[in-house]
Amino acid sequence: MADPPVIELRGITRVYGSGDIAVRALDGIDLTVRAGEFIAIMGPSGSGKSTAMNVIGCLDTPTSGHYRFMGVEVAGLSRDQRALLRRHYIGFVFQGYNLLPRNTALQNVELPLIYRGRPRADRRKAALAALARVGLEERAHHDPGELSGGQQQRVAIARALVGEPKIVLADEPTGNLDTKTSAGIMEILKQLNREAGLTIVMVTHEEDMARHADRLIWMVDGRIERDGPSGDAV
Amino acid sequence: MLFEALRLAVQAIFHNALRSALTVLGVVIGVASVIAMVTVGRGSAEQVSADVEKLGTNVVIVVPGQGSMRGGPNATTAPAFSLRDNDAVEDRIPAVAVSAPISQTRDRVIFGNENRLTDVVGTDNRYFQAARWEVASGRLFDAGEIQSGRAVCIIGQTVRQSLFGSGEPVGATIRVGAMSCRVIGLLQSKGASTFGADQDDFVILPLATFQRRIAGNADVQSLYVSVREDASIDAAREEIVALMRERRGIGPDGEDDFEALDTRQFASMLTGITDVMTGLLSAVAAVSLLVGGIGIMNIMLVSVTERTREIGIRLAIGARARDVLTQFLVEAIILSMLGGIVGILLGLGLGFAGARMLAVPFSPDPGIVLLSFGFSVFVGIVFGFFPARRAAQLDPIEALRHE
Repeated sequence: MADPPVIELRGITRVYGSGDIAVRALDGIDLTVRAGEFIAIMGPSGSGKSTAMNVIGCLDTPTSGHYRFMGVEVAGLSRDQRALLRRHYIGFVFQGYNLLPRNTALQNVELPLIYRGRPRADRRKAALAALARVGLEERAHHDPGELSGGQQQRVAIARALVGEPKIVLADEPTGNLDTKTSAGIMEILKQLNREAGLTIVMVTHEEDMARHADRLIWMVDGRIERDGPSGDAV
Repeated sequence: MLFEALRLAVQAIFHNALRSALTVLGVVIGVASVIAMVTVGRGSAEQVSADVEKLGTNVVIVVPGQGSMRGGPNATTAPAFSLRDNDAVEDRIPAVAVSAPISQTRDRVIFGNENRLTDVVGTDNRYFQAARWEVASGRLFDAGEIQSGRAVCIIGQTVRQSLFGSGEPVGATIRVGAMSCRVIGLLQSKGASTFGADQDDFVILPLATFQRRIAGNADVQSLYVSVREDASIDAAREEIVALMRERRGIGPDGEDDFEALDTRQFASMLTGITDVMTGLLSAVAAVSLLVGGIGIMNIMLVSVTERTREIGIRLAIGARARDVLTQFLVEAIILSMLGGIVGILLGLGLGFAGARMLAVPFSPDPGIVLLSFGFSVFVGIVFGFFPARRAAQLDPIEALRHE
């Protein structure tokens, strides 16, 4: 058989609270993500898509079930072990960009490499290359405050991919952007997926955005309702 | 990684420069007061030693009572000496060059419209020899004046200045308390002593005159003994003690009811007072450092709350708890350390000014400077740890949601 899937979820549940007030945010999820896939997760609010993203991103731990990341069981890992997993294999893109203020675009993109202990010159080179991939190399020395929303999100994408992660998780990446800018962001993600083979899992509530993905997961009440090619979208 | 933490710390501290400055004020004040205190204290101690050297290393002062110099319990109940005690010390101990009997009080001296409250001392010519006083004009006492207790006096430069201005005092008649006496001599100036006491502020009468006309008794309050240069001061002191025990009828088991202090002991007693002062003020400074540390802890907690989102981003990107802990701990330490450095500079400045004002040598203690620096770092570690740990234990999901 070929390489194990990047992500393999089997019977994942995530329960908040206990007893009568317990909330089952995830109620038995099975999901396999293979290298090079571009997946969109959709669903009404409260359907558990954000919780699913947190679990996949190792920010949260499932209450029960098996989670194998590149063939390794991660459900029982410690907080610091999960941090190291994120550091080396996972890139995040958030709805609110989440760039550090008072730091230039370049410094923001360098951040993951700092935690990897890469030398300064090496770090700078890689960060500039990542900025070039999102078309922002000439904005490298601007603070986030001096950039438009679309530009800030492109910096965030550069930050997510600078460490060459196994997977990029994008949580509502176009949620704060207008239609035209959103399309630009989706073009970049699609291009990264097609040309560099980057694996992407994206949560969105906009159908237009989901259409850019190859595969669509539809969640309702903490379960996966439908899983198929994005062309089948409602 | 550590370099990165340093860069971040400096960036955070200077972004909120005013807040940082106010935060470390407690540490600055604490460190500055310790440094200033110790610097001035050391300067004073050096000055005392220098002054005592000037006084002569060969002087023993004998006073009745124990601990009388420090206001001890039986300082006033122990019997005084007599002139015969003084003469016995001088005659029977070969190591003693000269011993001067001294009695004194404070009283008002008057000339014309001018008057001054001053030390009135009864002694004889041996005092001038033992304490190295020189006559500026006029003369010392003659034998007849000492013997019969005539109404004559010798004055110091300060009293002269006060009563006569720049005029000639010798030959004038002044009032000393209730008696009038003729000024026969004026002493040369010795200037101020260590603690700013004016050594020239006194009037000297023959002992007999003082005893009869001022004190109304035949007491001698202390002996000012000058030991020969070639003799051992410790041996001489022991001989004086033995002789006085014998003369005062103290048995072999009895305790001394008098004290014989040589100049070294005298100096250490005086510096002892400075040490107590330094100790007390250092305690105040320690409290200030504690308060400063709490200030740092407080502002670091505020900083952690303000930067919750930043912490969330860092955690998501792959910072471990210890990475975040290091970042905030380094920030607290740098903050406190900067406070320490400013405090050291300020303290040295204040110490310099204080030393100038008290006219003592400027004598900073490198050990205390290092210790203060170390202590400010320590304060940063102790009070930075709790906020840093709070930052490190944040949940990344919650932190990212924080507005």
